[in-house]
Amino acid sequence: MSMQSLDIQRRSATTTPSPDARQTLEVAKLIDVSKCIGCKACQSACMEWNDLRDEVGSNAGIYDNPRDLSDQSWTVMRFSEVEVQQGKLEWLIRKDGCMHCADPGCLKACPSPGAIVQYSNGIVDFHEENCIGCGYCITGCPFNVPRISQKDNKAYKCTLCSDRVAVGQEPACVKTCPTGAIVFGSKEDMIDHAQERIADLKERGYDNAGLYDPQGVGGTHVMYVLQHADQPELYHGLPKDPHISPMVGLWKGIAKPLMSFGLGLVALAGFFHYIKVGPKEVPEDEETES
Amino acid sequence: MSHSAKLVTRYTAPERVNHWFVTITFVMLAFSGLALFHPAFFFLTNLFGGGPWTRILHPFIGVVMFVSFMAFALRMLKYNHITPADKQWLARLPDIVRNHDDNLPEIGKYNIGQKYLFWTLIITIVLLLISGIVIWQPYFAPKFSIDMVRLAVLVHAFAAFVAIASIMVHVSAAIWVKGSVRAMTRGTVTAAWARHHHGQWYKEIAKGSGK
Repeated sequence: MSMQSLDIQRRSATTTPSPDARQTLEVAKLIDVSKCIGCKACQSACMEWNDLRDEVGSNAGIYDNPRDLSDQSWTVMRFSEVEVQQGKLEWLIRKDGCMHCADPGCLKACPSPGAIVQYSNGIVDFHEENCIGCGYCITGCPFNVPRISQKDNKAYKCTLCSDRVAVGQEPACVKTCPTGAIVFGSKEDMIDHAQERIADLKERGYDNAGLYDPQGVGGTHVMYVLQHADQPELYHGLPKDPHISPMVGLWKGIAKPLMSFGLGLVALAGFFHYIKVGPKEVPEDEETES
Repeated sequence: MSHSAKLVTRYTAPERVNHWFVTITFVMLAFSGLALFHPAFFFLTNLFGGGPWTRILHPFIGVVMFVSFMAFALRMLKYNHITPADKQWLARLPDIVRNHDDNLPEIGKYNIGQKYLFWTLIITIVLLLISGIVIWQPYFAPKFSIDMVRLAVLVHAFAAFVAIASIMVHVSAAIWVKGSVRAMTRGTVTAAWARHHHGQWYKEIAKGSGK
């Protein structure tokens, strides 16, 4: 929910500019996977701050708990056991959740005016009171993040604690992280900080360490430092080159205005055809015949 | 004069009821669908009780339309096979749209434009049903893969565009060709109308009724 009604740079299903008078600093959350110990304090902090309580699930034999994102679980630790080098087991733990894309597929796909907004600081937020439950945001998202509640049929996801950020605080997960694996600040600073971390990782033998800030979606406001940035798929299927699906692009990019315009043209063509040639009537002589 | 003109039956009462039932559901679907397609049409959600109600109702109305449309299509199927006379008639289309109807080939109950409409609607409405089920929240969409859903929204939009544009042409033609609307409101057309627009059909029914 927003207190930042003057900081909106993009609004779903809206063709005129949004209130954008105030310019705020572009922010980012940086998650350093190499520092994460998988304690799930961030999950707890998220539940605590946002007053969310997922159902107690059952143990599925893996550490992922809950098993998936939901309307009550906006962030979930994903545990992957991989062998990048033969015989060297690595436990990669990625905090999954909304990436807050600069070019958000959810917002592009959403048909309800103002149900999804992007603040000038880069945070993509759902305004559930405008949500109609159509699921188009799920269709648009390249990261499989939004979840529709079975209780109220509204879509939910990580808000990047937009309410906290609006008053100058860091997101709850950042505040609670005991190892400093999650940090928050201006996007510029976060990139700088990531570069230091990457240089350090490279020194320790992670030659392919790098920053995950995928340009296919215009960059993201949640970024990862990955030990194996050349293979993001290792981290529970993090997409290597995410972008808004071309099918969604065609649907919401070209088809939407063109087909609406086309229907208008067909209506006008029918009307002006009638005005030009007049009604088609049975000739008088044929009517009297027989 | 023409006030005492001889009338012939074109549609029975059940056919007319069926047609207008499809009409009502189609218009509701077009309005609720367009509302969720482009923000310019979002105000139409007010006709259905707001955004969530529009989302809830649209697919159910869709299923009702599918069933009633298919029942109607079944009634009309036998009149919609394209014949050589239809092709000759089509060649005269530039004259026909200018209201120059002299010496047109005699055709059956429907002209080729109407037949194309028939087949276009069958194809698009089947596509709309299938793609509509794939994107139906919250019941079915979660059961399909994300790429299936993405394809389905695209198919749904294109099929709806073709169907709505076709219906606009259908309505325009009905208004343009005088004496047509009464066929679907009162069930009858004048004999002269039948002879002029559907000569072959007129001969068949005239023969059938022993005249």
